[in-house]
Amino acid sequence: MTELTNLTISEALAKLGKKEISATELTQAHITAIEKNRHLNAFITETPDIALSMAKASDERYAKGTAGALEGIPLGIKDLFCTKGTRTTAASNILNNFVPQYESTVTSKFWKDGALMLGKLNLDEFAMGSANTTSHFGNVLNPWKRNNGDTTDLVPGGSSGGSSAAVAARMVMGATGTDTGGSIRQPAAFCGISGIKPTYGRCSRWGVVAFASSLDQAGVFARNVEDCATLLQSCAGHDPMDSTSANLPVPDFKALLTGSVKGMKIGIPKEYRMDGTPEEIIKIWDQGIEWMKDAGAEIVNVSLPHTEYALPTYYIIAPAECSSNLARYDGVRYGLRVEGENLIDQYERTRAAGFGNEVKRRIMIGTYVLSAGYYDAYYVKAQKLRRLIYNDFMNAFEKVDALLTPTAPSAAFGIGENEDDPIKMYLNDVFTVPCSLAGLPGMSVPAGVDSLGLPLGLQIIGKPWDEVTVFNVSRAIERAANFTAMPATVVSKAA
Amino acid sequence: MSMDVKTVAKVASLARIRVESDELDKYSRELSGILKWIEMLDNVNTDSVEPLANVANIELKQREDVVSDGNYQQAVLKNAPESLQGYFAVPKVIE
Amino acid sequence: MAYLIRGETGDWEMVIGLEVHAQITANSKLFSGSATDFGSEANTQVSFVDAAMPGMLPVLNQYCVEQAVRTGLGLNAAVNKYSVFERKNYFYPDLPQGYQISQFLHPIVGKGVVEIDLPDGTTKEIGITRLHMEQDAGKSVHDMHPKKSFVDLNRSGSALMEIVSEPDIRSPEEATAYITKLRMILRYLGTCDGNMDEGSMRCDVNLSMRKPGAPFGTRCEIKNVNSIKAVQMAIDYEAQRQIEVLENGGVIKQETRLWDPAKGETRSMRSKEEAHDYRYFPDPDLLPLTLTDELIARIKATLPELPDEKKHRFMGDYGLSLYDAGVLIAERERADFFESAAKGRDAKLCANWVLNELLGRLNKDGKTLSDSPVSAENLGGLIDRIADNTISGRIAKDVFAEMMDSGTTADSIIDAKGLKQVTDTGAIEAVIDSVMAENPQMVADYRGGKDKLFGFFVGQVMKKSGGKANPAAVNDLLKSKLDG
Ligand SMILES: [Mg+2]
Ligand SMILES: [Zn+2]
Repeated sequence: MTELTNLTISEALAKLGKKEISATELTQAHITAIEKNRHLNAFITETPDIALSMAKASDERYAKGTAGALEGIPLGIKDLFCTKGTRTTAASNILNNFVPQYESTVTSKFWKDGALMLGKLNLDEFAMGSANTTSHFGNVLNPWKRNNGDTTDLVPGGSSGGSSAAVAARMVMGATGTDTGGSIRQPAAFCGISGIKPTYGRCSRWGVVAFASSLDQAGVFARNVEDCATLLQSCAGHDPMDSTSANLPVPDFKALLTGSVKGMKIGIPKEYRMDGTPEEIIKIWDQGIEWMKDAGAEIVNVSLPHTEYALPTYYIIAPAECSSNLARYDGVRYGLRVEGENLIDQYERTRAAGFGNEVKRRIMIGTYVLSAGYYDAYYVKAQKLRRLIYNDFMNAFEKVDALLTPTAPSAAFGIGENEDDPIKMYLNDVFTVPCSLAGLPGMSVPAGVDSLGLPLGLQIIGKPWDEVTVFNVSRAIERAANFTAMPATVVSKAA
Repeated sequence: MSMDVKTVAKVASLARIRVESDELDKYSRELSGILKWIEMLDNVNTDSVEPLANVANIELKQREDVVSDGNYQQAVLKNAPESLQGYFAVPKVIE
Repeated sequence: MAYLIRGETGDWEMVIGLEVHAQITANSKLFSGSATDFGSEANTQVSFVDAAMPGMLPVLNQYCVEQAVRTGLGLNAAVNKYSVFERKNYFYPDLPQGYQISQFLHPIVGKGVVEIDLPDGTTKEIGITRLHMEQDAGKSVHDMHPKKSFVDLNRSGSALMEIVSEPDIRSPEEATAYITKLRMILRYLGTCDGNMDEGSMRCDVNLSMRKPGAPFGTRCEIKNVNSIKAVQMAIDYEAQRQIEVLENGGVIKQETRLWDPAKGETRSMRSKEEAHDYRYFPDPDLLPLTLTDELIARIKATLPELPDEKKHRFMGDYGLSLYDAGVLIAERERADFFESAAKGRDAKLCANWVLNELLGRLNKDGKTLSDSPVSAENLGGLIDRIADNTISGRIAKDVFAEMMDSGTTADSIIDAKGLKQVTDTGAIEAVIDSVMAENPQMVADYRGGKDKLFGFFVGQVMKKSGGKANPAAVNDLLKSKLDG
């Protein structure tokens, strides 16, 4: 029998349905995998007891014939989603002891469908980072290693690095993520798995610790496109508690997942062929273009002229919003409190001790760009650029059905690399940020490995609300790429 | 624009983050670097462009005026670093 | 007549603008579903949204929007079909989010006007600059613990309208008249209960001084002025303070000052001055608010008749004086009471009864119109009996007193006590005859030219008839008998 942790979600659901396996067995197998992979530091809080009691309930529902769409599927939850009664930290010292008394909409929907929670996954502090190196709970290790004997520990990408590492290392069958500027797609690429950020407004933000509200969007990770579709089906949909959640029907992603791109027009944005992009990235992109042609799609060259301005635009808007969103962490009602000489001193000490360097940097930049005299020059300017970037995409989508680009400008890099200069780290999101600014659905699928055996991803960007096309193009890439490489930890475990 | 140490101190105070004097230089350098980088936006003429605050192309949601939440003092105070007699407690504020 | 203060260097004129925060009457908060009742136990009317827990999001209360529109229309103001909620960022323990959701560049209501009534019978127009919606903060309690301030978030997130006036106010009287009229309008509209004791209406005063005709001076904003009396006192104090500074060669520093009701003075709020940069920006959790013409029209169609309209109608339709009309319309309930009592009756007589008898007695009993034992219908019934001469005005007062005690109708009291007025001339003549017979000297004196004695005879006749004789008939018959 195949190892239970190697099953896809679809396979597991089939076996559970036929009672070939039980939810409890499946869960226990993943709990064991989590224990074996603790060195990856993918979890901030493991919840095996919760998982097992939820699994028991799932088994009962299978017995009664009342199983839900994800009944018995063990998931990992990015520790940015509030979970009632389970500590939720946002990987920050300031929320070190925070136990929400409410459950996020996205996780509620999963539990309602019968999925179960293995624990809370590590991330960059408040989702601010691209390598999962800003977590108060330590960095996460990528389960992949270079194949040239170099033993350097690699980053899993960020901010949802715990999610990508846990899915890649077969510790969870799927995971939630959030993506503000690439935080699902880039770690998916770094860890050789699939991840989708749906259209802004598709999944509720209620109960998700906010980073930048106009950009934050929940999404999912799994080891293939079909499983992503299954997971997104469960957690997407209108939420009256989130004023930016769209009241639109959610298509049946799985039923519409044909993987056919015949006759589709796939746009290739010329501005994404940037100077200095490694040859291997360009190569895998060109490979993707060939696969698309082979599958019967028409390749159309398009232009997104404001692409180069997306990152600086993002680094005004996201910090501005975060400076305000993180003002609530003041040590009054919850979270860390460091006593001071008076209230203001208490605020300042609490926030200095509670936030890490990257978070502080962004709060300070955000405070600055909103402050008197600078608002128009920075914040309003960035909003205008955002309009132009959005218009670029809308113009392109007059001609094409989806866009195909690399996900990240490199494969996973070593821990500690790109740390000397914040901007170097920010450049990781050069291909993902424009899509975020425009609120579009974007997905990363593994397309191949580089010369060191590390996975590389391709990004598929769709029209607003057209996740169906994104899934289908992704499925076509997945099929053509036939990505079968496994991370070192999983290979050695199997051996 | 660059952020001199005085500006860093002012911004830190607005953001209520204590920055020790020996950290000011480092912040000034890093933040000035970021500002300089984002100023490449000045290369784009945006005079006739409408700002875009949110891509969500939907009507602002509104709810009915009914009492549907609240009335759970314990849960609200559950995570409080300090609470007394049903209140959150903080060091005395002198107005 | 301009209100000027005499200083050592000549006359000074006040320039005042008021910012009124009015809590919107609604069941639930502006962005959450928790209750808004006054006086509940601490932190019970608080949801996770109001406590700004991580991941909580605002959803706008539709009724509050309608209330703001209704108020805008009642202030003769322009309603903006496009408005934007922005975040006003600052740290304070009773501000859980670290920002207040408010409106800044695009408020829901623009310019309007309020007509105020001054004690000398004149009116004046005070401009409204804007009305915007915003969240209230919680409450910090500083006197429950020696070393701690306590925070109660019950009020946090309640819906407020901030109504900003133009600097058109020139005296404490005008300020009082403005707040009174504004409160009256809000109460008529049902958009704010106007209860200043409970903090449903709070006032900030912007005041500067100038020599008459000179340009505006530098102003100070005085916060925490929370009763009409306090507004007057704060204005008087601050005007004197500024004059002193200016006459001693000083300059007024633009600042926020706090009104201390215990000490009766304003003082600088230095702490708030230091970091005065609110970093407003559009709230990314909310989208712009757009209103349809249909909604505005629908609300407009349901607007009640407003105080000024009603006042003018009472004067025109009922022939009431400005003063009487003004008192009657001061509360919508009072005006309604009057109108239903006056329907089909002598309106001036009704107005007199409501103003002098009813309100006087209620006031004495410490009651309000809503707990009046005498309904409008029953007061009307009493007035009917006066009009058809069943009872005299004097007897009516006794009947009214009885009605106030028992809550019954005038007719039942008149019947039970046999108070029906005597109009039978034969019976009245008999009484007159006996009075004249008992007072021969007075009759002689009267006939000898002492006209003033006529009143004496009326009094005697009325007394002998137990007050039931019809006064007009008594007059006529007496006159003919005495003169004859
Ligand atoms: Mg104000
Ligand atoms: Zn205000």
